[in-house]
Amino acid sequence: MSDTGQHSHDHTPRPDQDGPPSYYQAMETAVRELLIERGVVTAEEVRAAVEAMDARGPAQGARVVARAWSDPAFKARLLKDGSAACAELGIDMGPTHLVVVENGEKLHNVIVCTLCSCYPRFLIGLPPDWYKARAYRSRVVREPRAVLGEFGTEIPDDWEVRVHDSTADMRYMVLPRRPEGTEGWSEAQLAGLVTRDCMIGVTLPKAP
Amino acid sequence: MTTRFAPGDRVRVRWAHPPGHIRTPYYVRGKTGVIERVCGSFRNPEELAYARDGQPARPLYRVHFDQRTLWPGYQGRAKDGVEVEIFEHWLEPAGAAKEGGT
Repeated sequence: MSDTGQHSHDHTPRPDQDGPPSYYQAMETAVRELLIERGVVTAEEVRAAVEAMDARGPAQGARVVARAWSDPAFKARLLKDGSAACAELGIDMGPTHLVVVENGEKLHNVIVCTLCSCYPRFLIGLPPDWYKARAYRSRVVREPRAVLGEFGTEIPDDWEVRVHDSTADMRYMVLPRRPEGTEGWSEAQLAGLVTRDCMIGVTLPKAP
Repeated sequence: MTTRFAPGDRVRVRWAHPPGHIRTPYYVRGKTGVIERVCGSFRNPEELAYARDGQPARPLYRVHFDQRTLWPGYQGRAKDGVEVEIFEHWLEPAGAAKEGGT
């Protein structure tokens, strides 16, 4: 850019998306305003709840995975009752019934909610947009290997691919296999290898 | 909780298309699978969706389906599978016979 601040390429303005609110947007606004007007909640409480939801990320899930990699007894409890094992680590799962599915030597797990967008938010934060998209939801149950390939995850032919569809009250998290070359690592170091996508099951943790 | 099915039982998902809020995906209706686990009892979402109390709670199962029984011409390994949560009132016994097995 020149000193005068001028530059020559075009900026086509992107249109604002400020059409009329949708049915559900209008309903949300109406209910929220009524609740505030009647003194049931305050605007500040609504704002703080949204902030808390937005602040959730995959760090809690990564801690759980790192502990499971480090402590076989914890892993056994986690696979038996995911929510109870997370409570041991001080993680409040709210009303969530967590089922942890473990990748095996030749077994790969991946999660989806074909009906909507159920997701273990308490552990790994808000779902990415692609998780909620019809393309992922409809295709990963039908051609999981092709979808995984589009994420750069090629599952060998002699492995089993198992898709978990969260259709009702359970929520799922994938427990990946601990990468080679991490012997002697601390839980904090191990947690650094565990990403959101590993816990959804669309990729694998990268070996150091 | 009284449950009609136990892990390992072969079950068929009802082939039914009632109106309303149904949490049994279309792609498993009429298909045969195997009970993977009993999840517990949960209030019936088909009632909860209409602001009723959802009682009595219904047993919920995880059912394992072989991909090849769900999708004709499935491209993948014979062992590939899908596991889906299904309420008991959507399941019926499928008997011991292997159907279109792998």
